[in-house]
Formats: sequence, structure tokens, C-alpha cells
Amino acid sequence: MAEEVVLMKGNEAIAHAAIRYGVDGYFGYPITPQSEVLETLAEQKPWETTGMVVVQAESELAAINMVYGGAGTGKMVMTSSSSPGVSLKQEGISYLAGAELPCLIVNVMRGGPGLGTIQPSQADYFQTVKGGGHGDYRLIALAPASVQEMADFVGLAFDLAFKYRNPAILLADGVIGQMMEKVVLPEQRKRLTDEEVIARCPWAANGKTAGRKPNIITSLELDPAIMEQRNNHLQKKYAEIEANEVRYEEINCEDAEYLMVAFGSCARIAQKAMELARAEGIKVGLLRPITIWPFPSKAIAERAKQVKGILTVELNAGQMIEDVRLAVECKVPTEHFGRLGGIVPDPDEVVSALKEKLVK
Amino acid sequence: MTREEIIKPENLVYKKPTLMNDNPMHYCPGCSHGVVHKLIAEVIEEMGMENKAVGVSPVGCAVFAYNYLDIDWEEAAHGRAPALATAIKRLWPSRLVFTYQGDGDLACIGTAETIHALNRGENITIIFINNAIYGMTGGQMAPTTLVGMKTATCPYGRDVTIHGYPLKMTEIAASLEGTAYVTRQSVHSVPAIRKAKKAIRKAFENSMNGKGSNLVEIVSTCNSGWKMTPEASNKWMEENMFPFYQLGDLKDKE
Ligand SMILES: Cc1ncc(C[n+]2csc(CCOP(=O)(O)OP(=O)(O)O)c2C)c(N)n1
Ligand code: SF4
Ligand SMILES: [Mg+2]
Repeated sequence: MAEEVVLMKGNEAIAHAAIRYGVDGYFGYPITPQSEVLETLAEQKPWETTGMVVVQAESELAAINMVYGGAGTGKMVMTSSSSPGVSLKQEGISYLAGAELPCLIVNVMRGGPGLGTIQPSQADYFQTVKGGGHGDYRLIALAPASVQEMADFVGLAFDLAFKYRNPAILLADGVIGQMMEKVVLPEQRKRLTDEEVIARCPWAANGKTAGRKPNIITSLELDPAIMEQRNNHLQKKYAEIEANEVRYEEINCEDAEYLMVAFGSCARIAQKAMELARAEGIKVGLLRPITIWPFPSKAIAERAKQVKGILTVELNAGQMIEDVRLAVECKVPTEHFGRLGGIVPDPDEVVSALKEKLVK
Repeated sequence: MTREEIIKPENLVYKKPTLMNDNPMHYCPGCSHGVVHKLIAEVIEEMGMENKAVGVSPVGCAVFAYNYLDIDWEEAAHGRAPALATAIKRLWPSRLVFTYQGDGDLACIGTAETIHALNRGENITIIFINNAIYGMTGGQMAPTTLVGMKTATCPYGRDVTIHGYPLKMTEIAASLEGTAYVTRQSVHSVPAIRKAKKAIRKAFENSMNGKGSNLVEIVSTCNSGWKMTPEASNKWMEENMFPFYQLGDLKDKE
């Protein structure tokens, strides 16, 4: 059978992919530029087909805590929002990480701070990879750069979340959420039965069937000695994820004398800028982190050995650049180019920045 | 000698529900929490729902409720228990899902989650322990603290010009279309305990029969927070709490 190619927005792709991947529950609250996720689900009525539960919550706080409740029972649950809403979710995200619950959070970023703007931004990088909520925790963070990846990463994020019992996040932005592209959606899978959920998640609290001991989902531990052990256990898990799950894409890096590092929509702009620069004879390559945590530090450090300079291209004032600088240990000049407040740069601007800051 | 040898069946007049384990309780002697835990355990057992019950514990003195009742539990962030319960029940409709929350948890930080879960008619039960104070954090003012009542953060008594009025969440709940059964009970005497147990049973049964959401408020004492003996607390509750928080069913959609 030929693959079914459809044209849709990134936000719509998230919704369709969730239904097809057999997600059990979606809990959300409207906010631009991601409202199409909930709207598409409402229109598709998956509760009549796959049995997926869809709830419009009273707030992002409620939505993320519904995710916590559902994830604690072992079901595949998710939420989506945009920057101000994701700030509200931080409490729940910290609890999810603390209780080691697998789930998916989607952030279709817009410009901040505050109510900011509904235009695209990547200014929630720090919030996503450095914390956001309280405590020492990490989120498995995937940065889609196309509508296809919006669809593909839903399943990937859930696979990783369940593999490590850890929340995963898709960090997209208004460009990826709103733009329409061709996409091949995943095959429709069956949702797991309750029995399959119980077998997959023997730790989950869904009624202590078969006379097992009670399961308790909590992040609380008042004994500091035990709490330290729990933290050490989390850190061990994070180290394992860092060792196994780094994902990135390199384009034209073999002969590169300069390197651009960009994720999400900026990687698309940087790729075009790379073509323009190469046409002018500047040998520049592009490294696109697909996981922004775990960060492809080793790959960047490796490329740093051959290049004269690195430019990060971000829709923010310079956030990922900190991780790039840490990766290369300041051995290579590393500069930042970014536009703020919802402005998306032209590839020409990126080329000019590359020349001005590095090629000279 | 084992317990079985000491207590002969013919002499047994009172028994701990089997769902209640032997973990030492952290509640202060005289506190209402322990009595309500026991009632919940009894009702779950009598309904035969031991393997189908999922409780959601709050942030408050009952945060460790999961240590005492041998069912599955999720521990929620402060005030968010009804959101957790919403998802649990929607994803597992055959389960008996309830939250157990204090007045600070339910009527202050979790007001939105509580009202909306009730108003959506989620098939859950909310057990609401109203002791008019923040017990766990050391006796600060709660949304339900009575006018004139002294707490750590209103040491001169609740003054409506500064602190506003005590909130009657149960009355609000009764006005919501989504609620099936809304009642206010107490556990200060044997007859009261029997009535409270009946109320919990009705609420749990409603939630299993798809009737909508249920709220059982238990007007409670916090003898530590109130700085009174358990006995004096009960008396103070009868004289001061009951006139304002009147006991009885507020709504019963048969
Ligand atoms: C977000 C957040 N804010 C504040 C607290 C501190 N805190 C813990 S319990 C509590 C109040 C509990 O009072 P109540 O819900 O009435 O329960 P009680 O202890 O009286 O049973 C507060 C404010 C917290 N744990 N989390
Ligand atoms: S502080 Fe109050 S509510 Fe908490 S256990 Fe003691 S008496 Fe009970
Ligand atoms: Mg209280």
C-alpha cells in the first residue's frame, strides 16, 4: 500500500499522531499558537474510535495534574500548551519527574517574558533543559524541526518516557506548530488494554489487582537519607539517558571550517543560510540537536576540533549557546545570533551574522 | 501470645478493618483524620472494592494517608487532587476513585480544581476534612477559619476587614449541576460516626453508579492547631463550628 501523504499544520500532526499512537488521554487548555491540538482532537472524537480520553481542563495547572493522575495509573497521557501555560505546568512537571512518571508535554513556544506575544520564539530553552520547576530533575527533551517530526516524535517521546519512567517534552515553536507541510502519519495502533497496561507498568496505581501489595505514587520522602538515595537514583537514570539517547543531525559538516548549531525552526533557517554561505565559498556546516537534553555535547566538541568558529542561531537572547560553550570548553570562538520577541530572521541575516561575527 | 489467642472470637466487639495496616499513625491523638480513615477502610471493604480503589492523598496532615490504608494511592500536589482523580476515573471507569483533602487543600489552593471537577460531574468522591485550620504547617489561618478564631497567622482572631469571610465550599458544591450527593458530617460521637460512614458509603456508591460527583465534608477538630485537649476540641467544635457549618445533607440527587 502506498504511503498516505497529507498536508497539515504541526499542531494538527501532534493530535493525529497521538490518536494513531494509541495515546490514552489528552488534557489541555487553549492557548495560541497551539490550540489546534485540542481543537483537532475534539473534531476527531477519538473517544468514539480508539477510546482515547480528551479533557479540556480548567487551567494548565489542572491539565498537568490530570496528566500526573493518569500517568500514575500507567496509561499513556499527554498535554500541550505554549510558554505562559507551560510556566503554570512547572509544578506538575517537577512532581512528575520526582514520582518518575512517563508522560508527554508539548510546548509550542511563543515570545515572552510575561504574556509576551503569540509569535514564535525559542526562549523557553532554559526552562526546558535547566529545570523550570523545583528540584534536581531532567526532562527528555526533543526539538522537532518539521511537521513530520511533530508527528514522529510523539511516539518516540512516549517510547523514551516509558523506557526510563521519566516525563518527556517536545519543544516546538510557533513556526513548527503553525506551518503546513506534507506529513506521513504513523499507522493506527490499538491502545493497550487495561491488562496490558498493568503488565507494562507493575508500579502503577490502578487498583491492587491480583492481591499484590499496594502501589503508591509519590515524590514525598521526609527521611533525608532515603531522599538522597532517591535523588542519586534519579541522577543515575539521567546519566544513563545521557549515555544512550543523544540524537542530532549533521549536514555538510565533513569539510566545514565553520559550524552553525541550531534546533527546531532555527535549524531550517540555518540550513538555508548554510546553502547561501556555501554558494559564496564559506565552508559552513550545520549541527542540529534533536535532543536538547540530553545535549549532543560530545558531537559538538568533536566538530569543534576542525572548525574556526561556531555560531548558534536561536530565537532568543542566547540560551543554547551556554551548552555549546560548555561542550567546547571555550576552545573555539562561539558566537550567538538571535532575534527576539517573535521575529523570525531571514537566512540572509544569518549569513551576515556569520560573516560579521566569525568569518570577518 | 498472639493477638488471636488473646482475643477470643466470642469476645470480639470491635475490629480494625483489614485494609488498615499496623503502621504507626502520625496523627495527633484525638485528631479526626484517623477516624475518617477507618470509615473509608470499612466502606471500601464492605463494598468489596479493595482491589478496585484508588485514593488520592492531599498535601496537608493527611499527606501520608497512603501509609495506613492498603489500597493503591497517588499523592497529589497541594490542592490538585481532584485533577488527578478526574484523569484516574476517566481512564479507569471501573475503579472507585476518591480524594481526601483538607480545607486549605480543597477550599484555598485547590478551589479551581475542586469546583471544576465537581461541576464536570466526575464520578468521584471528595472527602473534605474541614478543621478550620492548616494543621500540617502549624496552625495558620484557613479559608474556613471562623470569624474571631485565633490562628498563627491571625493571632488576634480572624478579622473580616483584613482576612475576609470563611468560605462554605460545601454550599457552593451543592449549587453545582455536576454534583450528585453533597453532605456535611462529623465524627465527634458514635452516632455521628455512624452517620458519616453511611454518607461515605452513599457517595462511593454514587460514584460507581455514574451519578456524578460527591462531596462529603467532615467538620473536624485539630486539637494541636486549636491548642485544646481532644475533649475540649470536640466541645468547641459543637459550640462554634456546627452553628456555622450546619450538619446534614445539602443535596441528594436520588
Ligand atoms: C504549593 C504549596 N504551598 C504550600 C505548601 C505548604 N502546606 C503544606 S500543608 C498546607 C496546609 C494544609 O492545610 P489543610 O489542607 O487544611 O490540611 P490539614 O493539615 O489541616 O489537614 C500548606 C499550606 C505546600 N506543601 N505546597
Ligand atoms: S495537626 Fe491537627 S489535623 Fe494534623 S494530625 Fe494534629 S490534630 Fe490532626
Ligand atoms: Mg485543615
